[in-house]
Amino acid sequence: MNKKNTSDICLRVEDLVMHFPIKRGVFQKTVGHVRAVDGVSFDVYYGETLGLVGESGCGKTTTGRSILQLYEPTAGHVYFEGNDLTTMKKEDLRLARKDIQMIFQDPYASLNPRMTIAQIVGEPLKVFSIVKPEEIREKVKDLLQLVLLNPAFIDRYPHEFSGGQRQRIGVARALALEPKLIICDEPISALDVSVQAQVINLLEELQSKFNLTYLFIAHDLSMVKHISDRVAVMYLGVIVELAINKDLFAYPLHPYTQALISAVPIPDPVVEEKRRRIILEGDVPSPADPPSGCRFRTRCSIAQDICAKVQPKWREVKSGHFVACHFAK
Amino acid sequence: MDKLLSVNDLRTHFYTREGVVHAVNGISFDLEAGETLGIVGESGCGKSVSMLSLLRLIPQPPGKILSGSANFNDIDLLSTSEDELRKIRGAKISMVFQDPMTYFNPVLKVGKQVMEPYLLHNDVSEKEAEERMFEMFAEVGISNPKGCAEDYPHQYSGGMRQRAMIAMALMCSPEILIADEPTTALDVTIQAQIIDMVRKLRDDFDMSIIWITHDLGIIANLAQRVIVMYAGYIIEEAYVKDLYKKPLHPYTIGLLNSLPRLDMKEKEKLNTIEGIPPVMYKETNLCPFAPRCQFAIDKCLNENPPLERFDNKRSVACWVDVETGKERK
Repeated sequence: MNKKNTSDICLRVEDLVMHFPIKRGVFQKTVGHVRAVDGVSFDVYYGETLGLVGESGCGKTTTGRSILQLYEPTAGHVYFEGNDLTTMKKEDLRLARKDIQMIFQDPYASLNPRMTIAQIVGEPLKVFSIVKPEEIREKVKDLLQLVLLNPAFIDRYPHEFSGGQRQRIGVARALALEPKLIICDEPISALDVSVQAQVINLLEELQSKFNLTYLFIAHDLSMVKHISDRVAVMYLGVIVELAINKDLFAYPLHPYTQALISAVPIPDPVVEEKRRRIILEGDVPSPADPPSGCRFRTRCSIAQDICAKVQPKWREVKSGHFVACHFAK
Repeated sequence: MDKLLSVNDLRTHFYTREGVVHAVNGISFDLEAGETLGIVGESGCGKSVSMLSLLRLIPQPPGKILSGSANFNDIDLLSTSEDELRKIRGAKISMVFQDPMTYFNPVLKVGKQVMEPYLLHNDVSEKEAEERMFEMFAEVGISNPKGCAEDYPHQYSGGMRQRAMIAMALMCSPEILIADEPTTALDVTIQAQIIDMVRKLRDDFDMSIIWITHDLGIIANLAQRVIVMYAGYIIEEAYVKDLYKKPLHPYTIGLLNSLPRLDMKEKEKLNTIEGIPPVMYKETNLCPFAPRCQFAIDKCLNENPPLERFDNKRSVACWVDVETGKERK
């Protein structure tokens, strides 16, 4: 991979930490913290798709939301085009969000059932006064066309659409402000298999058309592999490995990444017969009480004493291939 | 091989306020002793309803089993008395469901619930049932069986709950295990654990399995034979190897092509199936897939193709020979 300059960086996340307090009792005393995101750093370059994968509860969605400051991060910095979103004044942040949009997982919960499509997709245009009020309808129609929905549907309500169509409406809303970065939070996991491909193809077309940058959060490794240029793997609040797509799937270095990749079934019985699975023991530990040292050590087959004592350093093993494991070479 | 279960012309409809939902429209299939049969389809295709119908677990009303027979050990499951069926349900044929949280009673200890079918179907003491439970817990890989039996369902993780559910299903050493998307709610690494375990149990217990899923990857890994369902019809049936090597129905072809594969070297554009699955409010006199089908000919819009058997090992419900694009002779 070519060396990137700082001017190529669209989003830089630095040591992002997001802890949620656990409260108990009458006085709501804080008795502990869920360490959902515990020191995450990565860059997203202009025009690329960075895939963020991990299993449920690993903190990938929280990372996405903390970037947009939908949660106030406990610590760390989020630089968008060089400006730190975590220290911004409210009004500046509001304006910055114009360039960062989000597509949500559940197309049923993310659209207000009492609003028509014209109102839903037109809302960001209205809030930021991008176009004159009388032109909003036309602009919404253009946007619907862009996501391959019939503009004649403009006065319908969300319940009149299928899951895939709703997700397109979500995409149209995200595109309304012509953002630079879109955070896609599991945009296809609620959809049927035959419809998933439709939405993915749409996202890819829009990316090349408008030179969009995506942070693509998902648990489906096959889909992440398909859409991403680079991939980051999260486990229990930390990123354990980050590399360009080809390297990560061909030469995974972290034992967790290796197990994760081997666990994904491939729809081909001939291939499946020859594959060897790495079966991980046990469950993911609780993020309220993560293991000392390396967080993966409790399920890792190559763990040694050092793994319990020292948290492995985040290091670049090959050009552009980062991993946090004492034994990765 | 021996036919263990033989289902003929099963038809289940739901009478709702919006209209009659034609959930299952006359499906027939056999299950052979010792085999694992996969049933694949997207949400709403009738795969779960057809299996629930077999054990008469459909709420009636609104559901109604209109026709069909299901021969199991010379007993017709669909017409036998409720008492007779109760002796089979949970003993000779057990079922495992998608979301184990909703199927366990939240206010009873897990151990007690797991013992229940054994106590019900066998003339044994509580002590013997308990012993059997510990045996099964060990079998499904629940460490610390004594402690876990005293826990309540909410204290279990998702993977553990599914293990307990499987332990419960195996208590009476069933001849058939029906698994309805048992791993869909789980993470891939946990899914790999469960599938690995089921594979071992299948051999140990010498049982036949019907595995319902929307994931063609799991089927490739686990099943010998597969049935593809669409809109309440079986549209293709084949041995797993044949189906993946050369799918015959345009829907199966579309489904396989729309999946990104982890073992793909180069990035390819995903093929999509245009449109969405039909709403099944009326009896159809056309092929239910015809409106989305790229191979559709006039005949497809006038007549619903029957499931036809050829080569003596596979069946397909399609008028068109996809290789020539012309009507099949």
